[in-house]
Amino acid sequence: MAGTFTTKTKKVGAGSSGGTEPAADAEPDADGRARSRKRPGRAEEGGLTWRLRLRRDRSLILMTLPAVALLLVFNYAPLFGLITAFEYYDPLVGVLHSDWAGLDQFRALFNDPLFWGALRNTLWLSFVQLVLFFPIPIALALVLNSVTSERLRNFIQSVVYLPHFFSWVLAITIFQQMLGGAGVLNHFLAQHNLGTWDVMTDPHTFALLVTSQAVWKEAGWGIIVFLAALAAIDQNLYEAAAVDGAGRWRRMWHITLPGMRGVIVLMLVLRLGNALTVGFEQFLIQRDAVGHDTADVLDTFSFYYGITTNNYSYGAAAGLFKSVISLLLIWGANRVAHAFGEDGLYRK
Amino acid sequence: MSQTLTHTLNRPALRPDRNKGRPAWDEQPGAAGQTLKGGVLLLVLAVVLVPLWIVVLTSFSTSGAINRAGGLVLVPDGLTLDAYRAVLGDGPVTRALLVSLVITAAGTLLSMVVSVLCAYGLSRSRSFGHRTILMLLIVTMFVSGGLIPTYLVVTGLGGYGQYWALVLPGAVSVFNILVLRAFYSGTAADLIDAARMDGCSQWRILWSVVLPTSRAVTAVVALFYAVGYWNSFFNVMLYMPTESAKWPLQYVLLQYVSYGQSIPGTTNSGFGSLHQQSAPLSLQMAVVVLTLVPILLVYPFMQKHFKTGVLTGAIKG
Repeated sequence: MAGTFTTKTKKVGAGSSGGTEPAADAEPDADGRARSRKRPGRAEEGGLTWRLRLRRDRSLILMTLPAVALLLVFNYAPLFGLITAFEYYDPLVGVLHSDWAGLDQFRALFNDPLFWGALRNTLWLSFVQLVLFFPIPIALALVLNSVTSERLRNFIQSVVYLPHFFSWVLAITIFQQMLGGAGVLNHFLAQHNLGTWDVMTDPHTFALLVTSQAVWKEAGWGIIVFLAALAAIDQNLYEAAAVDGAGRWRRMWHITLPGMRGVIVLMLVLRLGNALTVGFEQFLIQRDAVGHDTADVLDTFSFYYGITTNNYSYGAAAGLFKSVISLLLIWGANRVAHAFGEDGLYRK
Repeated sequence: MSQTLTHTLNRPALRPDRNKGRPAWDEQPGAAGQTLKGGVLLLVLAVVLVPLWIVVLTSFSTSGAINRAGGLVLVPDGLTLDAYRAVLGDGPVTRALLVSLVITAAGTLLSMVVSVLCAYGLSRSRSFGHRTILMLLIVTMFVSGGLIPTYLVVTGLGGYGQYWALVLPGAVSVFNILVLRAFYSGTAADLIDAARMDGCSQWRILWSVVLPTSRAVTAVVALFYAVGYWNSFFNVMLYMPTESAKWPLQYVLLQYVSYGQSIPGTTNSGFGSLHQQSAPLSLQMAVVVLTLVPILLVYPFMQKHFKTGVLTGAIKG
């Protein structure tokens, strides 16, 4: 499986980066091998054969080996491990000798109400985050960009970026202390005889809770890309528009938003492509508090019904299902971006 | 138009301090808009800073102050270092802190060596095979075996309960390599060619030419790796869920504060003896602060480097 991907993408790489390579020398290649006729741009560089180039660059290739080795072991080997999704994997006999299951694991998966529950939760939470989370960094970036004092702007940026560097354990602990049963909120409610509301264990508001956690932790960091897009807008456009009588809002509508369009579409593509990934660690930590009916998403499903139950093949099948749908989503979201005339994640 | 102009011309004279950095053609925003904007920004700042303030303050508060506040402390009342004395005694939290520090240091070092080498190895355009290797890397950003196949590979290699299982599987971040590579590709090609002419090996060029000219981006990437190692807890849950003696700090925090469990092996440690003097809440918050402190310590440097990194990138690019 890895092999097919490599060859396919190699072709793409050679084709797309051809433009940056210098044109092949006018003289034909000295030794005129068949190989160099196939790829003239590469073999003729500096009139060197691939053997000489290999010798010249061997230390560069050597440098990449540790990283390549780690990726082969921990990223490519697991790709072959996906075979377990089609087996009745038994740790005692290993991947190669386990009994073949065909599509049985997937059949079981699609008949499992817990799996459909996890899928439903994933899509629902993803949707809530898209609607409530996505616009916030854009709005924040616009507000921050309109602050004229540079020092104040830097200070606010430092503060809002900070939670991104906290772990989920820490972020959720802080939420627990603020909104939990013994937290600041309930202390305040109790003092004013307003009853109690343990937000952290309430399944009905779980989607809002995890979204506000995501906003607290990541929305500030999310403004970086939008601020960069805003900084790239030509200031002369604003001046020209102002001189022509365009007010604040019209300038925002006709200059700022079109200037951010590319980035917004890109972030939207990424968000849609990752629709099946909604904060794995975040749900792992809070599952016990709100119950698995509410907090199980596809990623945690693999963990709880694959690893903790030693039902590896079942979990691998769920993981593979997620990966395939995710790839389709990325592809589809890109098609949509291209339809709107934007680059999206990769170009056409 | 004339109205706009008089508007902008009149305002600076009235409030010169407010208009610093505002171009002449831009009209002064109305009072309502300014108030709304200020309110939003204040709210944003408060949402981030107030919880941190409460947590830090509570960790330094005496049990009396915590009792009077009925839980978390919002206003300084009585301050003490008791919680830290208890937590940093000869107990599991100290050990977890050390484990976390060692994992973070060793992991970051390994990740940086591997990533810097790989990024430089791929950064010379026209070098043999670099496109193939680059694609090998990029593919892993889109296709992954997922949780269970990775788990089977790591445990198959004997990683269960081993510290290397917390480090090696995530030691290479392709994204970070691409960031470094983009930077190295832009660094002074003339300088590198000159060094090449002088007979420098690629290793020597990397060490004496490329690294010294790209300190900022190296620092930023190192800090991203370090934060990643410091914050990770899921691989502990995966590869050493039962061996409490080996747990790093994040996992201890999870057990002790979020799950409300007592840490195994606390009976003969600092916790037991000081339990009466310090309220447990201040101990919990002290653990929270300990996980927070390294981040807060490196954060200002990260910010500075991030900025210079972006600037040098723009100049050299």
